[in-house]
Amino acid sequence: MAPLDDLYREIILDHYRTPRNRGELATPPAHRVEGFNPLCGDEITLYLELVDDRLVDIKMTGRGCSISQASASLMGAAVRGKTLAEVRAALERFRQLMTVTETRLGEGGEPEPLDVRSLGELAALAGVVKFPVRIKCALLAWTTLAQGLDEARAD
Amino acid sequence: MTSFSPARVRADVPLFHRLVHGRPLTYLDSASSTLPPRAVIEAMDRYYERHHANVHRGVYLTAEEATADYEGARAAVARFINAPGGAEEVVFTKNTTESFNLLARSWGASRFGPGDVVVVTEMEHHANVVPWFQLRDSHGIEVRFIPVGDDFRLDLTDVDRRLEGAKLLSVTGMSNVLGTRNDLAALARLAHDHGALLAVDGAQSVAHGSTDVARDGIDFLAFSGHKMLGPTGIGVFWARRSLLETMPPFLGGGGMIADVRTDGFTPANGVARFEAGTPPIAEAVGLHAAVRYLEGLGPDVVEAHERELTRDALERLECTFAGRVRVIGPRDVVDRGGVLSLDVEGVHPHDVAQVLDQHGVCVRPGHHCAKPLMRRFGLAATARASFGPYSLPRDTDALIEGLGHALALFA
Repeated sequence: MAPLDDLYREIILDHYRTPRNRGELATPPAHRVEGFNPLCGDEITLYLELVDDRLVDIKMTGRGCSISQASASLMGAAVRGKTLAEVRAALERFRQLMTVTETRLGEGGEPEPLDVRSLGELAALAGVVKFPVRIKCALLAWTTLAQGLDEARAD
Repeated sequence: MTSFSPARVRADVPLFHRLVHGRPLTYLDSASSTLPPRAVIEAMDRYYERHHANVHRGVYLTAEEATADYEGARAAVARFINAPGGAEEVVFTKNTTESFNLLARSWGASRFGPGDVVVVTEMEHHANVVPWFQLRDSHGIEVRFIPVGDDFRLDLTDVDRRLEGAKLLSVTGMSNVLGTRNDLAALARLAHDHGALLAVDGAQSVAHGSTDVARDGIDFLAFSGHKMLGPTGIGVFWARRSLLETMPPFLGGGGMIADVRTDGFTPANGVARFEAGTPPIAEAVGLHAAVRYLEGLGPDVVEAHERELTRDALERLECTFAGRVRVIGPRDVVDRGGVLSLDVEGVHPHDVAQVLDQHGVCVRPGHHCAKPLMRRFGLAATARASFGPYSLPRDTDALIEGLGHALALFA
């Protein structure tokens, strides 16, 4: 098992203690979407403001563990102001980062080197994959964002 | 005179002989699942190595032995809970949850209609809530809740009105979140005075004190093997014989019939009617060994041991953390079992449990399948530590050390 420091990186603790983009946006124009992790009771509400093909603003409320809240905060910082294509690309990269593959769980349990440079601060969450139970926590904000984008497009 | 020694129980449990993260295992999750002693594991091994065959069918020697083992387990369980009608009242299921589904889908569904009332409590596990809501949706019954007071105990001030017209009162013997034990004999009298029957969720109580359905006047009882030092995959549903006889089958298939024709079927008599398909035979053998092991320890002695551990832990948590670690449950140890639900200031239960894991301490974070209760106290989750017969004061030492680390890390 990996040491605790792999999970609780300083960046994560910082975003947990001082979450970014907290608050609400008026709906409409913003789209509101909720996500829950039924197993541990984590919850998040995202407010997404889309103009043309750009996520011009994102705010969030919610409560949960350090991993779910820090991941949400880091996500907000990473996707705010980005085009939808860029947001979806970040989403896909993050999902890949959180995927436990057979090779990764093989002998020794050392993860294959994964190019995390494109992820910026989000790379701090790379250690979560070594704690498989916590992956759902890290993904909560992201799956909620994906759902919100789909809904907003359908509106 | 019994000579109970928790240290000896610990030595009997193989899992305590391994290290986790280089530390001894501090297992404080017995409310979730208990650790089986060697006697249970060996009984199951012996069964598979020497006797395994399907039950109630073959007439060869090992089939007779397997059947005798399986039915012997039923008799042992009947004795363990003091079933007045003996083994013929004991149905083997998969777990407590399946037992409650059997109660709801068989006994409930065959007699309930719109307006019939089932009363549960706010401290129930979802296993004793969801099947009744399902029956509400399919049969139009009404589900009422007895509230939990600020003292973490059932608030019975309005209970007469709640029980008015009720057919069933279904309560837990001990809350898996609060540790609160309910007075089952008093609740049975209360239910019966209102013309209702009493069902008890014994999942948390059977391994941590004596269970006596005859003494307490209980009508239905459900519990799981793996929460009483036995294996997973087996549970028990007990009902008074007069009630069991009126219940239609729940699951259909092999083993539960007297006859099958091209125009229909006739169910078997007795408990066989509720045991469709090949039952958990090895698990029954393991459960039998667990029953014997618990009887050897003495249920009252185990209860006293866990009460002392709880009293000590409540005191030490309070004087070490002075309110930064709040216990969601009664502060005293009267009618209270060894379950400590913790709310740690500024640290989410998931993070508490993660840090504790590095100390080799196993606790359970989450809502513990008791969301109505968590809502009642405005909590999304707690970190729950719970004791078993093998628990020792040094487990509390490790818990306190780990909690100190969690508080420091997230400060």
